[in-house]
Amino acid sequence: MPKIKLAEHTIELIKEICKEFDNKESELINVLHGVQSKLGYLPAEVQEVIARELKMSVAKVYGVVTFYSFFTMIPQGEFPISICMGTACYVRGAEQVLSEFKRQLKVEVGESTEDGKFSINCLRCVGACGLAPVVTVGEKVYGRVAPSEVKKIIAEYREGCADDAKTA
Amino acid sequence: MDTINLTIDKKNIVVKKGTTILEAASGIGIDIPTLCHMKLEDLNIENKPGGCRICVVEVNGRRNLAPACCTEVNEGMEVSTHSMRVINARRTVMELILSDHPFDCLICAKSGNCDLQDMAHNLGIREIRYKGEQSTYREDTSPAIIREVDKCIMCRRCETMCNEVQTVGVLSAINRGFESVVSPAFEMNLDHSVCTYCGQCVAVCPTGALTEVDETGKVIRALSDPSKTVIVQTAPAVRAALGEEFGMEAGTLVTGKLVAALRRLGFDHVFDTDFAADLTIMEEGTELLNRLGKHLAGDKDVKLPILTSCCPAWVKFFEHQFPDMKDIPSTARSPQQMFGAIAKTYFAEKLGVKREDLVVVSIMPCVAKKYECGRDEFKTNGNPDVDHAITTRELAALIKLSSIDFKSLPNEDFDNPLGESTGAGVIFGTTGGVIEAAVRTAYEIHTKKELPRLDFDELRGMEGIREATIDFNGLPIRIGIAHGLGNARKLLEDIQAGKSQFHAIEIMSCPGGCIGGGGQPYHHGNADILKKRQMAIYTEDKNKVIRKSHENPYILKLYEEFLGNPMSEKAHHLLHTEYFDRT
Repeated sequence: MPKIKLAEHTIELIKEICKEFDNKESELINVLHGVQSKLGYLPAEVQEVIARELKMSVAKVYGVVTFYSFFTMIPQGEFPISICMGTACYVRGAEQVLSEFKRQLKVEVGESTEDGKFSINCLRCVGACGLAPVVTVGEKVYGRVAPSEVKKIIAEYREGCADDAKTA
Repeated sequence: MDTINLTIDKKNIVVKKGTTILEAASGIGIDIPTLCHMKLEDLNIENKPGGCRICVVEVNGRRNLAPACCTEVNEGMEVSTHSMRVINARRTVMELILSDHPFDCLICAKSGNCDLQDMAHNLGIREIRYKGEQSTYREDTSPAIIREVDKCIMCRRCETMCNEVQTVGVLSAINRGFESVVSPAFEMNLDHSVCTYCGQCVAVCPTGALTEVDETGKVIRALSDPSKTVIVQTAPAVRAALGEEFGMEAGTLVTGKLVAALRRLGFDHVFDTDFAADLTIMEEGTELLNRLGKHLAGDKDVKLPILTSCCPAWVKFFEHQFPDMKDIPSTARSPQQMFGAIAKTYFAEKLGVKREDLVVVSIMPCVAKKYECGRDEFKTNGNPDVDHAITTRELAALIKLSSIDFKSLPNEDFDNPLGESTGAGVIFGTTGGVIEAAVRTAYEIHTKKELPRLDFDELRGMEGIREATIDFNGLPIRIGIAHGLGNARKLLEDIQAGKSQFHAIEIMSCPGGCIGGGGQPYHHGNADILKKRQMAIYTEDKNKVIRKSHENPYILKLYEEFLGNPMSEKAHHLLHTEYFDRT
C-alpha cells in the first residue's frame, strides 16, 4: 500500500469531524460519511487518523469501510459519474449505459481516469425512477440516458463548462 | 430470582431467566454442537456471534429453528435438540460451510485437532451437494503465525480474542458477503501489523486457518547434523500440558517423561528453562530492590512500578501501544533468552564448542517465542542465542514422528549445569508465578530473614487482575498481577494517569499465563483444562526440594564462576535488554 503523507490541515479537518461526533466509536459511520464528503475518498492514512481519534482499532474501521459499498479508498475523479443500477434503471438499459461509459473513459467501476477528471461508480436508486435510466455527475442528474448520449455528457465536462457539477 | 421452566428433549428443567438454550441444555448434560460459540468460564471470555448456525434447535411453536447459543429460554418452552428437522438443518449448514472450504484435511496442520473436521464427521457428512466458487486468499506468513484464510469459516473467535480479550485490535472481519474474511487492516501482512504474536487466535481457531510456523523440520535437520551440538531447554508450562497430546488427563505432570523423550530424540543435553527462570529472578529481583531502595531514599526519577518482562508478546504490546512507558518494565531478558545467552557463552566455553556449532532449541508453550528469538538484539554476529523455538504441540509432533511411545517412557532427570531448578522457576508457568518467585527471593535478600512461608495464596488464582500487599518485614510491598493483554492495558492506563499504587506488576499476555499459551495443546474452549494445568504447576513447586531461586546451587555457581554479581556489567550485557518504540 503506497503511503501518502496527509497535510496538517487535512488531519485537523478529520479530527474536527470526529469531534463533531464526540469522538464516539458508535458514530464511526457518520464520521466516515463526513470525511468522505470532504476528501472524496478514505485512504488508509485517513482511516488511521479516524481510528486513533475514536480510540478503536484501524482493522475495525477498515472492516466498516470495506463492508459498505458507498465508502471508497480510491480517489474519485474531479467529476464522479454514478450510474444507477436499481431495478427500474437496470431494466431500462443502465448496463449498456455503464458499458459505454467504461468504453469511452477506459476505466472500470471504482476507478478514475489517468487525468483524474472522471471516475465511475454504480449506485442503487436515487429516487428518480421515472427518469430511468439515471446517471449523476457530481450533483447533476441526467435522466433517460441512452448509450448514444454518453459521449456528449463526457464532452460537457472535458470542456470544463459544467462547473456546477464539481465535487465539493 | 426469576426462574424459567422449560423442557429440553422432554426433560423438565428450571433455569435462571436470561439463560440461553445452549447453557440450559449443557446444564443437564445435553451437548448441542457449536462451531463459533466459545466460552471460557472464569476468564471472562465469550464468543457468541450466532454465526455458524450449527447449534440450531427446534422450539415448539416457533416457525424457524433457533440458534441455541444466542436464544434465551422462555417460560414453557419445549426444545428438541436432535429432531429430524434439526439434524437436516445442521447437515445442510455444514455442507454449505464445507462447500467453501479446501479439502486438504489429510495434509492440513490442524488435522486431528480440527473442530470443523470433527463436526463434519459427527454429522456424518459424506457428500457435499453444493458446488460453486471457492474463495481464495493469499497465505500470510509471519515469524510466528501463519494465516491460511481459505480455511476461515468466519466464526470470529480470533477476532474476539484479538480485540476484546487482548485489545490488540489486529484482526477484523472485512468485506461483505462471499468476499468477507477476517484480516488485518488493509489486508496487510501480520508482520507489518501491531500483532504481538500472543497466539491466542491460534489457540481458539476451530480450523487450520491460523497455525504456528512449523519449525520441526529445522530441529530434525540440526539433530542429524554431526557437526552440531544440539541442546534443548523446556519451559515450565510444557510439563503440565504435553501429556494431553498423548491422551493423558489434563493436569498430569510429565516432567520425567518429557526429559526422556527429548533424550531419545537425540538432544545432546536436556536442560530446563526453569534454571533460567531462577536466573531471571536473581536479575529482576535485584532490579526491583534497587529501584525500591532508590525510591525509599527519596529519588523522584526512579521508575515504579517495575513491570515483569518475561513475556515476548507483552513486550511487543507495550512497544507498539505504550512506547512512552518503555523504561518502566524490567530490563531483564526473558528466561528463554537468558538461557540462550548463557548457553552460547558460559556453557559453550565449558564444552569447548564454538557458538556457531552449538544449536539451542527451546520447547515453549508460546508462539511469540519464535518471534522473540529472532529479534536482532538477541544475536551475536548474526548468530541467535536461541536458534529454534518450537511449541508444546510441535514437540508432540516430533515425538509422534519418531514413534516414541511417550506414555511408557521412564522418568528421567535433566542434565547439569543448566537443568537444575527450584520451585520458584517452575511457577513461572502460571499467572502470578513470576511475582511469587520474585517475592520469595526479594523478601529474603531485603530483610536478610528466612520467609516464614513459601505459598502466597493471595497471589494465586485466575482473576484477570489481582492485587496483594506483601509485608517485607514492616515495608508493605504492593503487587499487581494481570493476565490477558486487555487486563494489562487497564493497569498500564492507571500508571499513565498516575493512579497506580503498585511497586511491582506481573504481566502475562495469555489468559492463565503460559499454561494457556498459544502453543499449548488445544483446550477447545474448556477452561477446566487451564485450571488443572495451573494446579499441576503448583504441585511441581511443592515437590521441589529447593523452592527459592537464590538457593539454586548451580545459579550461585554461575555467578561465582562467570557472571560475578546480579546486575554486574557482564550480567547486564548478557541478561538484560532494551526496548524500542514501534509506532
